[in-house]
Amino acid sequence: MIPPRFDYHAPASVAEAITLLGQLGSDAKLLAGGHSLLPMMKLRFAEPAHLIDINKIPELRGIREDGNEIVIGAMTVENELIKSDILQAKAPLLCEAAKLIADPQVRNRGTIGGDIAHGDPGNDHPALSMALDATFVLQGPNGKRTVKADDFFLGTYMTLLEESEIMTEIRVPALAAGTGYAYEKLKRKTGDWATAGCAVVMQKTGDKVTHIRIALTNVGPTALHATDAEQVLLNKPFDEAALAAAAAAATAICDPAEDLRGDIEYKTAMAGEMVKRALRKAWARCA
Amino acid sequence: MSKKLITVTINGKKEERAVEPRTLLVHFLREDLNLTGAHIGCETSHCGACTVDVDGESVKACTHLAVQCDGSEVLTVEGLADKGVLHAVQEGFYKEHGLQCGFCTPGMLMRAYRFLQENSNPTEDEIRHGMSGNLCRCTGYQNIIKSVQYAAKKLQEPVTA
Ligand SMILES: Cc1cc2nc3c(=O)[nH]c(=O)nc-3n(C[C@H](O)[C@H](O)[C@H](O)COP(=O)(O)OP(=O)(O)OC[C@H]3O[C@@H](n4cnc5c(N)ncnc54)[C@H](O)[C@@H]3O)c2cc1C
Ligand code: FES
Ligand code: FES
Repeated sequence: MIPPRFDYHAPASVAEAITLLGQLGSDAKLLAGGHSLLPMMKLRFAEPAHLIDINKIPELRGIREDGNEIVIGAMTVENELIKSDILQAKAPLLCEAAKLIADPQVRNRGTIGGDIAHGDPGNDHPALSMALDATFVLQGPNGKRTVKADDFFLGTYMTLLEESEIMTEIRVPALAAGTGYAYEKLKRKTGDWATAGCAVVMQKTGDKVTHIRIALTNVGPTALHATDAEQVLLNKPFDEAALAAAAAAATAICDPAEDLRGDIEYKTAMAGEMVKRALRKAWARCA
Repeated sequence: MSKKLITVTINGKKEERAVEPRTLLVHFLREDLNLTGAHIGCETSHCGACTVDVDGESVKACTHLAVQCDGSEVLTVEGLADKGVLHAVQEGFYKEHGLQCGFCTPGMLMRAYRFLQENSNPTEDEIRHGMSGNLCRCTGYQNIIKSVQYAAKKLQEPVTA
């Protein structure tokens, strides 16, 4: 399997890449890690006439702090997320979850920006971004705009990104000390996408949940922010009844596609189970 | 769809070639350079048979473009032995029976080589995770783990002149 023919461009800056996008229009695609795009091109699901390789743009890489936010360059690969001391200290959910994505070789190439921009409901970063209340910086010919993870995903492979735009940064609020977190992902084998996954970020006071964000992977056309399940838990004691009610509220919004990983009933039930596991783990980690 | 001129250092030797942008690294190695060690198993980035080392990282060569390697250093299984002396991972695979048909072996060796640079004293569990991007249809993995353990031990031995 060889991709269709295309012309290759390797700009050295974001500005140059945006100019190229403007000139080449809908015939062009950005090439990040290539681990979703190249397989799709081999299968002729995508046939761009031009690839704009953004691997040679240093400003798109790296992880830094900006006040209370962690700024992750869109071209930062999964293995850098895993190794990052800043993330380990301020948003360890991302380190832990990145280890569950694909395999070591793929994690050397696959980028957080590509994972999000691709708009695949099976990808893990969309739900993680929602649980972390991340914002995405999109840069185009008219400058930068910032969108919330909650608003970014429109449908399977459909996002708010315009053809002329590049995602440059993922901005994640640092987790306050004592914040609990978890990502539970059911998969059939190492390196597989989720059958169902759940990301949770929470805080407690005494026996009550005082802050909670829950998002689901691969049980709808996009990642799902489970706001009803959050309302079930918020400002109430965290007990078995609350857990069951939250799982029920989360499964009520599931709309998975049937495939090799299971049918609709199974995937929905597994989403509920992942919600319970993630909530339990996050609660146990709250201080 | 013009060809691009690229310069790549492969197993220590500089190669300059004109490649079509769509040429995958694995095809470039096998067809343009006649280095047929990197195998094509799945072509979908799952099996790891095509694993090579690019600039000190394990990469699946079926999902990487040759043009992207302009200026890079690539190491393939052909470059692993040193003047006819097998590398510790190669010795490990043969001493511990880490191969049967051998189809997955070049990828396994290249991943094991890099993994042991990342973690020179791994636990069995760490080996399983580190090698998890490589599939073998024959040996059931246990001997592959032993082979990597053998190599880890050998690489830790003090070098005798
Ligand atoms: C074997 C295997 C297993 C995998 N398992 C998982 C898994 O468990 N979980 C998971 O989440 N993913 C998984 N993936 C997908 C992997 O994480 C991909 O790398 C990821 O989906 C896309 O990131 P990329 O950097 O490779 O992007 P590319 O494939 O290069 O690009 C994907 C799309 O996003 C666009 N794009 C990329 N970067 C930008 C940007 N900065 N701005 C705007 N548009 C951009 C591209 O134009 C393209 O349309 C797996 C992949 C493989 C091959
Ligand atoms: S051939 Fe490259 S991973 Fe299978
Ligand atoms: S030895 Fe046959 S595939 Fe691994």
